[in-house]
Amino acid sequence: MQIRYFAWVREKVGIEEETLDLPGNITTVADLIAYLKTVDDNHAAAFEEEDAIRVALDQMHVEADAELGAAREVAFFPPMTGG
Amino acid sequence: MSCKPLIRVQAEDFDPAAEADRLTAGRKDVGALVSFIGLCRDDGGKLAALELEHYPGMAETEIGRIATQACGRWPLTGLTVIHRFGKIPAGDNIVLVIAASSHRRAAFEAADFLMDFLKTRAPFWKKEHLASGTADTWVKATEIDDAAAERWS
Repeated sequence: MQIRYFAWVREKVGIEEETLDLPGNITTVADLIAYLKTVDDNHAAAFEEEDAIRVALDQMHVEADAELGAAREVAFFPPMTGG
Repeated sequence: MSCKPLIRVQAEDFDPAAEADRLTAGRKDVGALVSFIGLCRDDGGKLAALELEHYPGMAETEIGRIATQACGRWPLTGLTVIHRFGKIPAGDNIVLVIAASSHRRAAFEAADFLMDFLKTRAPFWKKEHLASGTADTWVKATEIDDAAAERWS
């Protein structure tokens, strides 16, 4: 699965994107966040304030309980500050 | 009434007058045009520039979703949304929303709605470059913006 990071989430993880083969027991966004926290210290730091992070699945906003399903791309980012 | 939103996400500046003309050219049913321009303010001399990061693809798609909702909610004759990304010095334009309708109320409300949802739903993030040269910081989302978006539900 393609994983993309933006703004301070990107800075903390240290990369813009990565492709990961996920264990089969990861079915929701929340599962994925729990898994990413175990990848390394940078990921753990980025997801420390989990409630402050927003998620998009295939470029649509979703909540943490959303099923990953057949999504190809998941993105993690802080609350938006455009406009 | 037809309303096909024009959405652009770009690094370049925009020309508000030219964009307004595009919504009225060759038609006589437009009675009201409301345009909003968001600019980069310097916060009393403290801010040199904003760096706007965006999620290419989703930015256009999400603005399109918000614009389509506005077209369903108000009888608009046209709607234009242009959002810039990249480094924007204080004093320069960031965002343009123009809503056109036969009557003013729809145009005012649609432009207001667009801005409230752009702020909370469109994937853009602002980083402040300070005039003092001290470390750049990410702008925090405000509860005021969240509350502004909620009043439309």
